Amino acid sequence: MGFYLLKRLGLAFAVICAVVLVLFSLLYLIPGDPATIALGPRASPEAIARYAERMHLDEPIWRQFLIFIGNALTGDLGVDVFSERSVTTIVGERLGFTLALVGLGMGWAMTLGIPLGCLAAVRPNSWLDRVTGVLSVSTIAVPSFLVSIWALLIFAVHLRWLPAIGAGEPGDVVDQLRHLILPAFAIGLSWVGYLARMVRASMLEVMGETYIRSARAFGLAPRRVVFGYALRVAILPTITLIGMGFGGLISSTVFAEIIFARPGIGKLIFDAVMARNFPIVQGGVLVATGLYILVVLISDLLIAWFDPRVRESL
Amino acid sequence: MSENRFNTATGLPAIDASGVPDHVAEADIRESAARERREKLRMFLTNWQGMTGLILVILFFASALLAPWIAPYDPNALDIPARLSGPTLDHIAGTDQLGRDTLSRILYGGRVALKIAALGVSIALVVGVFLGMLAGFGPRWLDSLLLLLFDTVRAFPTIVLALATVALTGPSLGMVLAIVIITSIPQYARVARTATLSLRNTEFILAERAFGAGTARMLWHHIMPNVIGPLLILAAMEVPVVVTVEAGLSFLGLGVLPPTASWGTILNEGYLVIRDTPWMVIAGGIPLILTTLGFTFLGEALRDIFDPRMGKGR
Repeated sequence: MGFYLLKRLGLAFAVICAVVLVLFSLLYLIPGDPATIALGPRASPEAIARYAERMHLDEPIWRQFLIFIGNALTGDLGVDVFSERSVTTIVGERLGFTLALVGLGMGWAMTLGIPLGCLAAVRPNSWLDRVTGVLSVSTIAVPSFLVSIWALLIFAVHLRWLPAIGAGEPGDVVDQLRHLILPAFAIGLSWVGYLARMVRASMLEVMGETYIRSARAFGLAPRRVVFGYALRVAILPTITLIGMGFGGLISSTVFAEIIFARPGIGKLIFDAVMARNFPIVQGGVLVATGLYILVVLISDLLIAWFDPRVRESL
Repeated sequence: MSENRFNTATGLPAIDASGVPDHVAEADIRESAARERREKLRMFLTNWQGMTGLILVILFFASALLAPWIAPYDPNALDIPARLSGPTLDHIAGTDQLGRDTLSRILYGGRVALKIAALGVSIALVVGVFLGMLAGFGPRWLDSLLLLLFDTVRAFPTIVLALATVALTGPSLGMVLAIVIITSIPQYARVARTATLSLRNTEFILAERAFGAGTARMLWHHIMPNVIGPLLILAAMEVPVVVTVEAGLSFLGLGVLPPTASWGTILNEGYLVIRDTPWMVIAGGIPLILTTLGFTFLGEALRDIFDPRMGKGR
């Protein structure tokens, strides 16, 4: 396990460095003066000069990169062009909104999708199984941003059950939760389908194993066999799926935040793109990507923890 | 059952120099291959998901290709008195904030989706297969390097990478295409790599090598035909993703620019007037859903019929 941990951490670190390199070199891949590109054609000469100085644009490129990566790794993501505030602080303020949304969206999808998959697998070809099958393919196929728009249309604009925009009054937990419901529904919907399908597939495989037959033969209650023994093994591929699909979850979170005007990281990046505020874009993208890499890392380590065979394969 | 079907010494089927067991006549092989093809065709024709998918896909291609002939109006023709109308006899799908006919805009928007899907998927497929075979067949260091590259690209959630890039370059259709291609190459490459890895040590490749075949010949004539099947199915399943990315980016104003019609720009304009009329976001979303559903159903059916193993682990 120790060796695997080390290798996996090394790989994650290499990917982080490569991501920083990509973010850094974007500025240079586009022809023209980097400071002007970063801040857009309307930026004042003073702002451009300040940016050039802060980014050490007069130094050779490799030194700029070392300074950039050094700063990024110590948590300094530069300063906002307009307010001169630290990007790290700004991103930090918004991170909570995004994490709450991602957590709730994934949470409801898991509490519904996993049992649904189990039930479908226990009774293959029953009506529940068929309905689950068609529904999961359909929810996977519908783009999440369309779910967001239509949910906004139906529940906020038409029925007026739930608020349409914002994150709710600060301090008022009930209001904040009400603002979370629609975006969380939108980003979680396709995951209900994904999870149900995945759990069903691996559950069917596990239910054919001999140790499940033994458990049944010993007279254990079916519920205990399914949730206590089979699910434990069947959940493993699902953990990988959650890790791999987390990038898609971040993408749909970006859309949900923009559509519901929720002040999370996605909205922050989007507004910064519109205002040509590249330091914020860079910082936000780095944090969002770092989050994704972290989740993939955790899911890989979890799998390796549960399943010793995986440790050999890297 | 004659005795000479089996080699008496080994108990294995007797094989002559051509590699075909001598009891099997060439006509028998043809016959059984034809029977298998008929069987698969029958499986496909009786699979309602597959047929629904096929019909939707044909509809998508036909409506996009024939848009100039079947669209009732010019997509940019203004009918100001009828602006923001719901479905009427004149405008079956309603009109937008400038009185442009939504149905015509949807039909023309399908052309953008088709263009991006056709170009994006085919270029990514070709590059992905090439890089994947290279990684699987090449030296160890090249494999590691390419894997790191794939992991880095995959570490960016698609929309987030698009935001970072468009922040610098400004929106354009070419940019959308580039992002679609870059983010989907790793998918194909990984599948191609895994398949190549499992093939590279098989006997027929070893035999090829012993005959002195060059790497290019082995890759092109012997690895490729074995790798390409699952990849084509994967490509069918990738079309919805590509179409969704295009629509999503255009929705955010980061893809196709107005006044060009795209499903994303229709949704964007509809989102801005969502409190006045629901029809634009409804009409703009339906073709998107039908297209993604169509390709997903088709891809799934093809996968179930031609490659039952693939479905298991996903």
